[in-house]
Amino acid sequence: MSTNKVCATFREAVADLFDGAVLMIGGFGGVGGMPHYLLLALREQGARDLTIISNTMGIASAMGFGTPKGVRPVDVSILVENGQVRKAITTFPTSPSPSRPTAFELAYRRGQVELETVPQGTLTERMRAAGAGIAAFYTPTGVGTVVEQGKEKRVFDGREYILECALKSDFALIRARQADTLGNLVYRGTSRNFAPIMAMAARVTIAEVDYIVQPGELDPEAVVTTGIFVKRIVKRPSHTGGYQGMGAL
Amino acid sequence: MRVARELPDGAVVNLGIGLPTLVSQFIPEGRQIIYHGENGILGYGPMAEEGEEDVDLTNAGGQFLKRVPGMAFSHSADAFDMIRGGHVDIAVLGALQVSERGDLANWMIPERGVGNIGGGMDLAVGARKVITAMEHTTREGRPKIVHRCTYPLTGQGCVKLIVTDLAVIDVTAEGLVLREVAPGWTAAEVQELTEARLMVARDVSEMRL
Repeated sequence: MSTNKVCATFREAVADLFDGAVLMIGGFGGVGGMPHYLLLALREQGARDLTIISNTMGIASAMGFGTPKGVRPVDVSILVENGQVRKAITTFPTSPSPSRPTAFELAYRRGQVELETVPQGTLTERMRAAGAGIAAFYTPTGVGTVVEQGKEKRVFDGREYILECALKSDFALIRARQADTLGNLVYRGTSRNFAPIMAMAARVTIAEVDYIVQPGELDPEAVVTTGIFVKRIVKRPSHTGGYQGMGAL
Repeated sequence: MRVARELPDGAVVNLGIGLPTLVSQFIPEGRQIIYHGENGILGYGPMAEEGEEDVDLTNAGGQFLKRVPGMAFSHSADAFDMIRGGHVDIAVLGALQVSERGDLANWMIPERGVGNIGGGMDLAVGARKVITAMEHTTREGRPKIVHRCTYPLTGQGCVKLIVTDLAVIDVTAEGLVLREVAPGWTAAEVQELTEARLMVARDVSEMRL
């Protein structure tokens, strides 16, 4: 495990992201938990044919989900609009209202992208399985729905379950509040959501954080993601720190 | 408003996006509900005032919350362990269609071709009790309580109680039982707007709000 994980720039942090990569993006959908600067750097870097694994596909920019008034959100839509996305594995491909579609929904309607819509708890568990070395698991979620199509079914204690397979990725872009230089991470509030699971499931996890401190400065009891799951950390510009306006650019 | 009466003191409750989120406004003073959000929050309270929004503190509908004592955060996998593991007592979900067997369809209108599953399928199988909070008919007046769902299912036989603007309906092994009708409506009028057959409870009453 490298002990020097700090990248000087966002550009450097995403430099080796290759065409066709499978990429997890943290965040629930709103601006909290969204790795804005990594997304902006990736747009500039230009890797294409990406498979994106993310809870939502751009509902902050489409409908202001989890976004305070006056804040212009940056989300995965910037990659979709830049033609970098080939496929999404997601639970929320678009906004509930048909009148405010995500850029992804529009691309999907044009036949430019593929979509696999999955239940949220199945998405989390598939990623956790990948990170934990478990090949597959049986879950009751989705029985009797389109989700079960093509999957093995089995009865345990009189109840039907479907077999779901682990889901791993080449990279994960996540957001955390604070990191030490070893990559131990602390989150803030509901912005934790998918980040710890994605960090485990990706070969290379890159964390965008507000603060980087020296080993010993984080309370070891408070660490949520241990450094073993984090390859790179990069600090956000200081003007975005503080509780308010953390989503603003 | 009526759904709020179904949430007992101390219950762990998940409120779906849309109509169900309104339920929390009608909980009587003194009754404590533990709200669960799929985004990894347990024990949340009221919405934040405008101008006080904290981007790191939302419910699963992306609404900003106030900081309240006792709330706790988890990551998404834990949030769904709580659901699938049977630790959430009640889920209040919106519905596009509910069938007479309690099948729920709430994630996709086929004509749109894209839909959001979100946490709905996990709540449908995992919550101990699923209540739907919904308009009785579509905006065009078509029934949403049907023999068989024609929209893609969220869960099979998962709904236990249907609460609409017109009626309260139990889903039983024998079929749908009409328990309450809204003031000014009769059981026959409610049946008119319901495709599935309703058995009228002997003690059917006016809906108390």
